[in-house]
Order: sequence, then C-alpha cells, then structure tokens
Amino acid sequence: MSELFKGKPASRRAFLRGSVAAAAGAVTAGAARAGAPDPLITEVQPWAQGWGDPVDAAPYGMPIKYESDVVRRTVEWLTADLTSSINFTPVHALDGTITPQGCAFERHHSGAIELRKEDYRLMINGLVDRPLVFTYADLERFPRENHVYFCECAANTGMEWAGAQLNGAQFTHGMIHNMEYTGVTLRTLLEEAGLGAAGDLSDKWIFVEGADASSNGRSIPMEKALDDVLVAFKANGEALRKEHGYPARLVVPGWEGNLWVKWLRRIEVTDAAVESREETSKYTDTLADGTSRKWTWVMDAKSIITSPSPQAPITHGPGPLVISGLAWSGHGAITRVDVSKDGGKSWQTARLARDPEAKALTRFYLDTTWDGEEMLLQARAVDETGYVQPTKAQLREVRGENSIYHNNCIQTWWVQPGGEAENVEVS
Amino acid sequence: MSKYPEIALIAALAAGVTAGAATAEEYGLGRPALPEEIAAWDVKIMPDGRGLPEGSGDVWTGDEVFGTYCASCHGDFAEGVGNWPSLAGGHGTLDRADPVKTVGSYWPYLSTVWDYVNRSMPYGYAQSLSADEVYAITAYILYSNNIVDDDFTLSHENFTEVEMPNADGFIVDDRAETEYPDWRRDPCMENCKDEVEITMRAAVLDVTPGDEGDADSGSD
Repeated sequence: MSELFKGKPASRRAFLRGSVAAAAGAVTAGAARAGAPDPLITEVQPWAQGWGDPVDAAPYGMPIKYESDVVRRTVEWLTADLTSSINFTPVHALDGTITPQGCAFERHHSGAIELRKEDYRLMINGLVDRPLVFTYADLERFPRENHVYFCECAANTGMEWAGAQLNGAQFTHGMIHNMEYTGVTLRTLLEEAGLGAAGDLSDKWIFVEGADASSNGRSIPMEKALDDVLVAFKANGEALRKEHGYPARLVVPGWEGNLWVKWLRRIEVTDAAVESREETSKYTDTLADGTSRKWTWVMDAKSIITSPSPQAPITHGPGPLVISGLAWSGHGAITRVDVSKDGGKSWQTARLARDPEAKALTRFYLDTTWDGEEMLLQARAVDETGYVQPTKAQLREVRGENSIYHNNCIQTWWVQPGGEAENVEVS
Repeated sequence: MSKYPEIALIAALAAGVTAGAATAEEYGLGRPALPEEIAAWDVKIMPDGRGLPEGSGDVWTGDEVFGTYCASCHGDFAEGVGNWPSLAGGHGTLDRADPVKTVGSYWPYLSTVWDYVNRSMPYGYAQSLSADEVYAITAYILYSNNIVDDDFTLSHENFTEVEMPNADGFIVDDRAETEYPDWRRDPCMENCKDEVEITMRAAVLDVTPGDEGDADSGSD
C-alpha cells in the first residue's frame, strides 16, 4: 500500500509539461467536436467489462494511486533533522475545508511517539483543590463537544518575510489544517480538579505538557483555558493520528499551533507563565529594533489562493476558470474575501462556499473567465472584527523582516499566459 | 420562562457561585494524584527559581559533560554545528538581518535553560542527566557566552543572581495597539494603486523542493 506513495515528487518542470499536454488535449477535445468519436466512449473499456476490487481489498482505504502526489512534503533545509521538524499540508490540491488527517501537516520537536490508550495518563496539578490523574477511559466519560477549528503553526509563511522564496501554496501556506474535533472542554476537567485553591483566576495560568521527550511545555492564561480550549481525542470522526497526538491533544482555537500540545500528559495551574523554551527562545517575534514580542498567541486573519497556484497551474486554456482558496482568522469568523487579478489595483468580492465558522477555515471561490493573459492573483481576508489582512509591506513597516512568526501577509501568484503560476512579490 | 425573572437570576447566581467554589460540579472521575507522581512529572522551573532541586555544577565539569552529551550537535564551544542550534555568541545581532539567537544573545531567563536541558536533553536521551550535571551544563553555556568566568559554580543558591543579557529585550504582544487600529478599516476596492511591478520571484531564488536543481544550500 505504501507503494502508492512512492511516486517521485512532481517538479515544476513536470507541471509545465503537464500543462502543455493538457493544452494540447484541449485542442484535441475541441477538434473532437468536428467528428472523431472518443474511443473512451465508443470502445468497451476494461473497467466496464471485468471486476473491480472486492470489499476488504483495503480494510482501511487509502487514496487512489492517481492521487499519489497529494501528500505532505517537507523542506529539508529548514531544520537540522526530521525528528524535530515540520512538513506541509498539500493545500494546493485539496478543496472544501476539512483536512484529511493523513495529509495534515506535522510538527514534532522530538518525533511522533506511539502511546497506547492503556498507557495514557493525564495529570492535573498545581493550584487545584484535588490533584487528579485521569486515564484515557476517564476522558471518554465526561460530556463531549464537537467543533471545527483550524490549527496553524505560527511559522506558516515564515520563510517569506524577506522575499518570495518557496514556490507553492503547500510550502508557503501548508502549515495549517482544519479538523472536526471531539473532546472534553478543558473547563470541565479543571472544575473536576477544583479551582478554589487558585483563588482569583484573572492572573492565573495553566502550563501544559506532552508525554514526548520534548514535552513542548507552554503557558496559557486561565481566561483562555476556561473559554474554548478542548482536550480532544477524535478528529474528523476517528482517533487522532499518532502524528497529531494520539490518544489526546490540546485544541486551542484561533491560537498558534505550538500551544496545541500533543500526547497531552499534564496540566498545571500556576500563578505565572513558566517562560519555557517554546515561549521564550522560540515563538517570540523579533522586531526591526531587536526587541521581541512574546505571548503573540492569536493567529490574525489570513487567506491564500490554493488554485491556480504554482503547484496547481491552469491547464485548460482561456475560458471559465474557478479561482479557489482558503481564509481564516483566530479572532472569529471570516466575513469576506476579496480577490485581485492585477496585483492589488482592483478587487472583486469572492463567494464564500458556506456560512463561515469562527476560528475555522472558510472556502472561497471566484467563478470567473480567464482571457489567457497574465494575472497577479491575490486574496484578502476580512474577519468579523473588521480586521483586514495586511500586505507584506504593511507588515514589514511595523515588524521588519526578522519576525519569523505570524506572517499573515497577502500572497501574490503570477499567473502567466501559459497557465503556469509563480510565487512573486509586487510593488 | 419564569414569571419571576429575579428568582431565576438568583438561582443562576447561586449556581455560578457553586461552580466557582472548591466543590464544583464533580463527575467523580479520575483518582487523586500521589505526591510521588506529581514529583516525577512536575519538573518545571519558574523564572524566579521555584522548582530548582538542590545541587551545583562548575564550568569545568560542565565543559566535560557538555563535550560528552551536547557538543556533537551544539559544538565544543556551544557555537552550534550545521543547522543545529547555536547556544553561544550572536551578541548585538538582534537588530540586524538574520539575527543569531542564542542563550546569551536572546534567552531572557536562565530558568528556561535549566528546565529545557533537564526535561528534553540530551536529544534522543532525555531526562537522563543528574541535577548536578544540569547545573554544570548550564554553567558552561553561561561561560561560553562570557556571562560568567571560568571559576564559576552554579547552584540552586546563586541561580537567580545570574543576569541574562537580553532579559529586558521582550515586550508583551502589542498588536492590538500597534496594528489592529490601522488594519481594521474598509479596504480599497478600485484604483488602489497606479502601477504594479514584480519585485521578486521565487523561481529565481530556486529553493523549492522538487524543482530541478534542488537547492541544497543551507539557510538560516
């Protein structure tokens, strides 16, 4: 089964070849109208004659082999090794909003561990009335909720601060996924342990840790902990994948992915932030003058055109074209997405595929006609607080180029007359 | 709905108070965490030194321990090897292009070093160091950053006396003041700019995986 996924990663040149072949196909299809019958229709095909696979050919199904290029990819030069690294969701090839777990990006700080439910323990301690230990089975006995949320790494688009660098939406914007979570509210668990001992909650924190060697400890203000944070054990209806924290992870809606601690093993109520490695040396945003912002938890509004894009060029020639993309905001729901074809000179409001949900991905479409000329495609998200996604120039003016994290700038794809697209910066 | 809204309100308030109190709604799930269990998992160190175990380690012991457990990735002098993190140097680079962020140039709290080395290092063999070894490694990293002299011994007693060079280099997230007011405005829809020119192309840089001629050059 793994053979399906051993395909050579498609190169940009291969995309170009594909684009040329498809263009030729378009010509042929056009010619077909003149009379040559399509053998796919006039001749009996093998799949119309014999058997397909029986049931149980794949007790857990994988995507068909023709989709073998729709996989997570990594950028090897980003990190020293792959156990403390990141890969990218193939956002250029997906549609709708739910990210299948199997191609949802991974970020580990010391590798994805295998932790059995039977070996799982969750401790709540610190300023609580009753320090407690829960088993996995205990978690499933608390009242459950279902919510769809995006999880975006704070470093998503982080390689683009100094200029256009990576040529594909997967690489510029693929540190994100969007799943339907099933879990228990953190409030429920904290109240089970009792918060009387914490006294005034307004200046209290929780410190959350995972069971892996990195433990990835992070501090979260109590106000957020009691608001909408979940301890989740299912995603998109099934158990979390190992790489996403099986059997239980933290879900911190709208806030940077590093806080979504995987393999969650301990929650401590504290009277101050711990100032762990992940909230001091990393996930802090250095400004041009050398001072750094800390505790930049919220992911601001952002959008990306997923198609056409460098990995998803236009292959059909002029005529009807669907421009498609994703928008999201950690402040709440998306209210509008505008699309520009001319690098930001003029904008058209796109169609939102469904009613947007707070802190979840929203799919947008611009159903348009392509004249075959070059385009400088941009998308611009607006959220329910009125926040408008900024340009890269606006961001640089405030932050300089060394922030690494929280780059939510408007992205530009240069679509050329052949349909090929490239990551560019424009004036 | 109640004909007596004030009664409903009082009931709601009473419920709220109960929820906030020590005897909050309980499902009776889970079991008490034992002191030994809490001691085993709660190893965090606070910025003010709370949580530090008794112990000590000097720079020269740290040099030895660091050489054994850390230098293969972080270099003999904590300068970093290849893409692995540099722990020393970088002073005065934070306001330049590509700042070098090390323990000495960037980290605001020494507690973070002790906590992280103790819980997550050595990489691939975490939680194997003794408290004295962690003190010694921390002392050596300080020495590599010229923060202490070579005769320095770090212990739970003098831990909070060490001053980190970038301790004052951080501000709390100020986007709500510095960015949001400007960016919460009705956006331009027509004639937003006169000219648009391409100023940079990713294909020219050519560092994207899968492209012909994969870039194997390192990057910060």
